[in-house]
Amino acid sequence: MKQDIILAGVGGQGILSIAASIGMAAINAGLHLKQAEVHGMSQRGGDVHSDLRISDKEIASDLIPQGKADIIISVEPMESLRYLPMLAPDGWVITNTNPHVNIPNYPDIQDIIKEIRAIPNHIALDANKIANDLGSRRSANIVMLGAASPFINLEYERLEKAIRNIFKTKGEKIIETNLKALKTGCEFAKNYIKK
Amino acid sequence: MKKLLLLGDEAIAQGAIDAGLSGIYAYPGTPSTEIMEYVLKSKEAKEKNIRSGWAANEKTAMEASLGMSYTGKRAMVCMKHVGLNVAADPFINSAITGAIGGLIVVVADDPSMHSSQNEQDSRFYGKFAMIPTLEPANQQEAYDMIHYGFGLSEKFGTPVLVRLSTRLAHSRAGIERKDIREQNEIHLPGDLKQFILLPANARRRYKILLQNQPHFEEESDNSVLNRYFEGSDKSLGIIACGIAYNYLLENHPDRNIPFPVLKLGQYPIPYSKMERLYNECKEILVLEDGYPFVEEIIKSYFGLGKKIKGRLDGTIPRDGELNPNIVEKALGMEIAETRTIPELVANRPPKLCDGCPHIYSYNALNEALAEYTKGRVFSDIGCYTLGALKPYEAINTCVDMGASITMAKGAADAGFTPTIAVIGDSTFTHSGMTGLLDAVNDNSSITVVILDNSTVAMTGGQKSSATDKIEAICEALGVEKDHIIVMDPSPKQHEKNTKIFKKEIEYKGVSVIIPRRECIQTAAKRLKKEKRNL
Ligand SMILES: Cc1ncc(C[n+]2csc(CCOP(=O)(O)OP(=O)(O)O)c2C)c(N)n1
Ligand code: SF4
Repeated sequence: MKQDIILAGVGGQGILSIAASIGMAAINAGLHLKQAEVHGMSQRGGDVHSDLRISDKEIASDLIPQGKADIIISVEPMESLRYLPMLAPDGWVITNTNPHVNIPNYPDIQDIIKEIRAIPNHIALDANKIANDLGSRRSANIVMLGAASPFINLEYERLEKAIRNIFKTKGEKIIETNLKALKTGCEFAKNYIKK
Repeated sequence: MKKLLLLGDEAIAQGAIDAGLSGIYAYPGTPSTEIMEYVLKSKEAKEKNIRSGWAANEKTAMEASLGMSYTGKRAMVCMKHVGLNVAADPFINSAITGAIGGLIVVVADDPSMHSSQNEQDSRFYGKFAMIPTLEPANQQEAYDMIHYGFGLSEKFGTPVLVRLSTRLAHSRAGIERKDIREQNEIHLPGDLKQFILLPANARRRYKILLQNQPHFEEESDNSVLNRYFEGSDKSLGIIACGIAYNYLLENHPDRNIPFPVLKLGQYPIPYSKMERLYNECKEILVLEDGYPFVEEIIKSYFGLGKKIKGRLDGTIPRDGELNPNIVEKALGMEIAETRTIPELVANRPPKLCDGCPHIYSYNALNEALAEYTKGRVFSDIGCYTLGALKPYEAINTCVDMGASITMAKGAADAGFTPTIAVIGDSTFTHSGMTGLLDAVNDNSSITVVILDNSTVAMTGGQKSSATDKIEAICEALGVEKDHIIVMDPSPKQHEKNTKIFKKEIEYKGVSVIIPRRECIQTAAKRLKKEKRNL
């Protein structure tokens, strides 16, 4: 088993919380893991991504080779497209459709959605809206993780356990909200594929 | 034993804690910052009473670590590659004095300049100083190398350089810890003249360093970090340094590489192993992140006309970091076609945060300068360097830490007045103070703007050495009290601030303006922490 995941977003959106959840679940499953992060200059509102690799065998490169990523998880729609050269021919794009507009020349969101729809294997959801409806604006990233969960080669319960662990200092209420965010994202993705 | 999931930087920090470290010194700099941050947060480090904390700059950090080594205790100093330029004087001289307690200098290079002004390769500094240099290929090696490096350092009484690059520094993997070593007791050099580099002593010490060279080479030749892997296909021999080895493996998923491979992790280069590869194989491919360091050596040392492939002959791009695809191409493998980025995807450059205090300083400064010809603002390195971009376009230079004040002075000396220097609070105490003294002593006509956001923001909000000290420093350096002016960089104060800028820019002499308001990211973090502690 080997899975290469690209996490994409904009500096400050906290993509590393998704990486941490998958990472913890993978380590608890006894898998090998490598995760290249971005720190420094590019964090000031620029585009950021993280290469996350999990495998039952030792992993060589910290970077995912081009055209080899199994999944792109993006918390921002335009950013999901930036990494298409990394995606394997049969890879999946799981993306938020809620745009983060912090540049004057941000393209028309409808055009972006069109490009996303043109990718054969994709899941597109407004994670911010779903999180808001759940009453927890800040859980959008976990909604995204949930939407990606059917494609990640890790048992769902392991992701739940990782979330429990990561939010353990924040109290039971926040843990429950995030578990619900995970579930809602997951169900959305399952229904999306059926359609 | 349970594995720890650590960044390369953190693996180095944990390695040092476990290897009997007594003190760590550093100035922040991407991609090295997380080494010190890890020790600062480590409960274990606190229990063991390991000294930690940010220094004013890399030179002071390097010297303090040498002082700790002098007492017989193990010390480590960490910086980014350009930091070693600042610390070069003590670094090169520490090779002459030698070390007593284990001394490791960790330098993180940034090929591809993700967050830097250049992509210099620190292995040249190791060679320049003539000391052993280690380069890990992965997080576990990074951890192990600190144990090994302290051993090497104490065996030969020499500082050891550990070089890593961005990818390893900022990539996480599981690492297994080793046995824990006790810290050293204080034991001074047996010869108390060892560290006095007066010419007579220095010559003696230099001879010792020279005598050590064959030993360092022998260590490299026998080192477990320099491994020779047999291969039946001798049409090519591959040298893979540090993380380049991972990219080589990545392209052989079954891990069966047909060619002989020399995996390099310790310098000086292992001459006999290298010679063997050179003699056995028809062509040599050198894979290294950074400059063509090994490639140049092999070309000149073994230069018997064999084809050497690498960055110099164009097999690999001359600049930028390696990745699996570059290595794939260098191995002559077929590159599969990939999707392309849709045309509508726009660039998203980094920018100042909304509400950042620097914005309001630049708005007022730009207005105050409107009546002058352009090109007068000499700046420096920090978040405020983003003021070079639209919509501000407020600064004209960014060279090295501290260069704003001294370059503004040089330009003013040339008769181009007035000039303005824009420098951050941390950059000011890093390397700006001495330049300000020069300007005061020459009564240069410059206006120095010290942007005090009470933190080292660019690298993630570390504690700034300058906090609460700037006015006193400027006054002590001789800036007239009437020309040290603090302002509040906020939209409400725009008119007032513009007036102050105008007035001080007109003044023929040194004036210092200090726009003071906390970085909003640091403020948010502080408030969160305060709330938690309530
Ligand atoms: C010699 C050297 N050391 C470290 C760095 C990394 N670095 C870049 S800017 C900066 C600090 C900037 O802090 P400050 O001057 O307070 O400005 P701010 O980012 O807070 O606006 C550091 C540490 C560098 N570029 N060069
Ligand atoms: S991190 Fe702080 S100093 Fe840097 S741009 Fe943001 S608010 Fe400004």
